[in-house]
Amino acid sequence: MSNHGPSLKTYVAVFVALLLLTMVTYSAAFMDFGSHRLNVVVALGIAVVKATLVVLFFMHVKYNERLVSVFVVAGFAWLALLIVGTLHDYWTRGWLGQ
Amino acid sequence: MSEHAAAAHPRLQHHFDSLEQQKDASVLGMWTFMVTEIMFFGGLFLVYAVYRVMYPESFAVASRELDIPLGLINTIVLIGSSFTMAMGVRSAAFGRRRGAALWLVLTALLGLVFLGVKVGEYQHKFEHHLVPGEGRFAPDHIPAEHHRGAEAYFSLYFAMTGLHATHMIIGIPILLVLAVSAYRGRFSRSYSTPVEMFGLYWHFVDIIWIFLFPLLYLIDPSRHH
Repeated sequence: MSNHGPSLKTYVAVFVALLLLTMVTYSAAFMDFGSHRLNVVVALGIAVVKATLVVLFFMHVKYNERLVSVFVVAGFAWLALLIVGTLHDYWTRGWLGQ
Repeated sequence: MSEHAAAAHPRLQHHFDSLEQQKDASVLGMWTFMVTEIMFFGGLFLVYAVYRVMYPESFAVASRELDIPLGLINTIVLIGSSFTMAMGVRSAAFGRRRGAALWLVLTALLGLVFLGVKVGEYQHKFEHHLVPGEGRFAPDHIPAEHHRGAEAYFSLYFAMTGLHATHMIIGIPILLVLAVSAYRGRFSRSYSTPVEMFGLYWHFVDIIWIFLFPLLYLIDPSRHH
């Protein structure tokens, strides 16, 4: 039972990757991508990669049963639906909230 | 595993067939709780998204009041605490008493460092009249036309970092209780579920911060630092 988790090497590798990605987030925040909107996309993209690393390795989801993955994906998918659905409205109807 | 051997384990509850089944149930139950936590914080992230779409410039201007180096240090501290937490779970799963206790105490200490930095940041905001509220919100450096959006920004700043910090304040005493349990030899190769379940909670708190750092601190690309 105790051998289900990742190896020590994997833990250290994930830790280093998270630190490097933090520095990338920091540097990318001040880069000129042509549009400020792209900075948001890059920042959120990196955050999603970092969160995925934490979920898969630190939280052992990669090593758990499939059913756990279904719960995790369902949770985040519903959150995405909530945010995308609402923003869809705010973006396409300029008079909202004015 | 024979029924006899399984029944002999003191941690096995009578309604489970085996320790493995019992642990799988705990993992799924804990993840169910984590999904409710996703929705709990998710509501705040949604409100943030809506207000940022409504007041993009005001959010950028307001974010200049935050100290990026402090936010960066806290991000590194929290990722560090996630690593020590993972090591604590691993040590407990190998039945290492002292190792598990040490990693868990280290995790609590890093949590306290994070909260200490946060206290300093909050204090700065109170001193500079950046706390939302009637007659209280009076920032010196933010132009009047941005006050409305900036106040929304700081409402969200305090709500999101406050809820996040509350989770850590709840987590640290639990970490210390687990460290004592580990030191007393409560966890072994066959049973370390409490440490592993708490690990899920602590890592989740780390994930929230991974999103809060760029969304609150790194909004303004033109900012000189």
